[in-house]
Amino acid sequence: MPSPRYRREMPQRYRLEAAKCNQCGKEFFPPRLICSGCGAKEFETTKLGNTGKIVTFTTIRVAPDNFATQVPYNVAIVETDNGVRVTTQVVDCKPEVLKIGQKVKFMFRKLYTEGHTGIICYGYKAVPL
Amino acid sequence: MAGIVGYGSYLPRYRIKVEEIAHQWGRDAVAVKRGLMLQEKTVPGMDEDTITISVEAARNALKRAGIPPSEIGALYIGSESHPYAVKPSGTVVAEALGVVPEVHIADFEFACKAGTEAMFVAHALVKADLVKYAMGIGADTSQGAPGDALEFSASAGGSAFIFGKDDIVAEVLNTYSYTTDTPDFWRREGAFYPLHGGRFTGEPAYFKHILGAGTAILEKGGYKASDFAFAVFHMPNGKFPLTAGKKLGFKQEQMEPGWIVPLMGNTYSGSSPTGFSATLDVAKPDDLILLVSFGSGAGSDAFVFRVTDRINEVRDKADKLKDMLEGERFYLDYGEYAKYRGKIIMND
Amino acid sequence: MRDIAVVGIGMTKFGELWQQSLRDLFVEAAMKAIDDAGVDHIDSMYVGSMTPGLFVGQEHIGALMADYLGAAPVPAMRVESACSSGGMALRAGFFEVASGYSDIVLVGGVEKMNDGADVTYALATAADQEYEVYQGVTFPGLYALIARAHMHAYGTTHEQLAAVSVKNHKHGMMNPNAQFPREITRDQVLKATVIADPLTILECSPVSDGAACAIIAPIEIAKKLGKPVIKIIGTGAATDTIALHARADITTLNAVKQSAMAAFKMAGKQPKDIDLAEVHDCFSIAEICIIEDLGFTEKGKGGEFTEKGHTGISGQIPVNTSGGLKSKGHPVGATGIAQVVEVTEQLRGTAGKRQVKDAKVALTQNMGGSGASSVVHIFQKEV
Repeated sequence: MPSPRYRREMPQRYRLEAAKCNQCGKEFFPPRLICSGCGAKEFETTKLGNTGKIVTFTTIRVAPDNFATQVPYNVAIVETDNGVRVTTQVVDCKPEVLKIGQKVKFMFRKLYTEGHTGIICYGYKAVPL
Repeated sequence: MAGIVGYGSYLPRYRIKVEEIAHQWGRDAVAVKRGLMLQEKTVPGMDEDTITISVEAARNALKRAGIPPSEIGALYIGSESHPYAVKPSGTVVAEALGVVPEVHIADFEFACKAGTEAMFVAHALVKADLVKYAMGIGADTSQGAPGDALEFSASAGGSAFIFGKDDIVAEVLNTYSYTTDTPDFWRREGAFYPLHGGRFTGEPAYFKHILGAGTAILEKGGYKASDFAFAVFHMPNGKFPLTAGKKLGFKQEQMEPGWIVPLMGNTYSGSSPTGFSATLDVAKPDDLILLVSFGSGAGSDAFVFRVTDRINEVRDKADKLKDMLEGERFYLDYGEYAKYRGKIIMND
Repeated sequence: MRDIAVVGIGMTKFGELWQQSLRDLFVEAAMKAIDDAGVDHIDSMYVGSMTPGLFVGQEHIGALMADYLGAAPVPAMRVESACSSGGMALRAGFFEVASGYSDIVLVGGVEKMNDGADVTYALATAADQEYEVYQGVTFPGLYALIARAHMHAYGTTHEQLAAVSVKNHKHGMMNPNAQFPREITRDQVLKATVIADPLTILECSPVSDGAACAIIAPIEIAKKLGKPVIKIIGTGAATDTIALHARADITTLNAVKQSAMAAFKMAGKQPKDIDLAEVHDCFSIAEICIIEDLGFTEKGKGGEFTEKGHTGISGQIPVNTSGGLKSKGHPVGATGIAQVVEVTEQLRGTAGKRQVKDAKVALTQNMGGSGASSVVHIFQKEV
């Protein structure tokens, strides 16, 4: 991931920073310029809660090159406690634990490295509670 | 008076047993376990490193401190497995915690005592009123060379300590450091595994410096071993810290809560700091705690802490070490361990 | 807008075509379509392709193909909408002809996926790069997330998902251009290598090379060219959130719904009027959601509907008589036009063993990503 793109997404990937529309209250992760609910353009910076529950999940067994050594790994759509959904890996658990409704918390983890010499890309992953 | 206002630790959930490693190299597991007083060690997940461990430990410390992260004026991580050779671990952690941009950062290296040196400097900045709060972290995911004795113990984990002057949980009463240039264990730039001087790492290295620092701080402060509720020493294996402690006059019970190496392994810069964190989890107000680290190269940092009433208020605000150590964990076989630790030559 | 018709069709075989480059493929399909139409020139062309840049390092393929067809200086443009690039190329050409601006327009699609690129990475660019792909999710992964949600919400079974692959292979066996023209059993599908739980490799469309082209023209010209007039009576397209996690309902492909509604409205038709459909079965679950969201069956009943055989050749609404993406192959940009090739053959009565009896009205539905874009066309045989 080229460094400028990586740097720009840090508030979201490192701190789960989101944006709430001042007009209609719809919350966005990541933040946007225009509210897709009401078209307004003013937002308040918020944070997604650190916990949520699994809405749906799968286990990836064939991955792109930069995730190849990590298979099999679990991916889920998690709904945070404030109703915003994110796509995230679910780690440090046995596959049997995965079920719709499973409570999880977010932790800071490495997503991948750009080979041996590129940057290390960090972000959030979910761990079952 | 400056002291710790928040503390926290993090251990990965993966483990490998001594038997598994011994079997791989044709060693006698029973003899190894007896000789090292070690049962198993922590293994970092493929998505974990010194930075991710530091973030989680720091988050736990912040939970106990209850301060806004933006008020932290300095953040130092001591490790011998910083993920980058050039680019600080500290900046990633500071960004993740929301400590940026008004903060002093640089990474520390001094083998296993980088963490306690980071703690000393963090404490010193607060004591000098240069910053309101400062964080010192000791964390590592060090590599043990395949088939080497250190492969049984080199593990992963870390602890973070926030220093300040208000709402102190553990006051710093005394500090001392004893250092010489003793090349007992080292790793050259570009080398994947460290090398060590075998038995040279014992008397002339570990014991000389731990006992040098321990004896001096007790003398300077006018303490006897019996004044302390607890003592924590660097734990390269189960045996060394107990031997050192006894030489300084400490009893087994005083070292017990901090003696977490049999299940944790040696988390290098995280070793004595994490033993200290485990001790804080059970300490009572007014307890005196001695902490003496050791880093190859070589040196030892010593601290005397006095626990305050506030320990009872903050202790339960974050995960305790015992729960991390003994909670749900996943045992790996040697193949999985080698894969997780990047010991397999890949085609890239 | 003028009435327009499909006057010529052509496609290459789909498969691992080691001897043919991106250019070779497109030119072959285009020449076949031009011959089939019997036209002596084209006024303009649209080339649908998802990412020739990532697959073979080549962009600017509108101009490239015009050049290689010997058609320069005709205007040419590449159209991109991930896996619905082909269908969108048709839609773009449709407006150019229907508006009266051009008379004879070539719409085509092509993809060259087997030249050594990281295919999983290239396809993943159709998803949310920063918030889905960054997390390590793949396309099979996204559809597996949909599958599991569908199974949880409606009780859809893995057997029902497998029925889609089995049926499409049964159809594909009769398609000389298909990549995998062979039968597979439900058991084979269920026991095949798992790609992303629960989807197995036999529920995922393959990696393919191929191209397909169509020539469209106003009705007056179509009538003069001698073949049955296959009118395009409706076009509809729509979008949805790029990220699956941002959808209102993970099991509903709203872009499919909206694009179909728009096409049905324009055509003055309803789902029950459709005699056969070519839909975007990139994964087994996709076809199930699509037939629900197109209105062929109720939401949640797509699995049962398929299992009961209603979408087979002699069923209530034959779906993917070509073999679908699964058996025919899925050179991404070409798929949308390959669907046009199939329905045109069917409506002309030249589909051979795959022929649906008395086919008069057909529908094609082409989709991008995990459903962020969808384009539907409805065709009617003029009598």
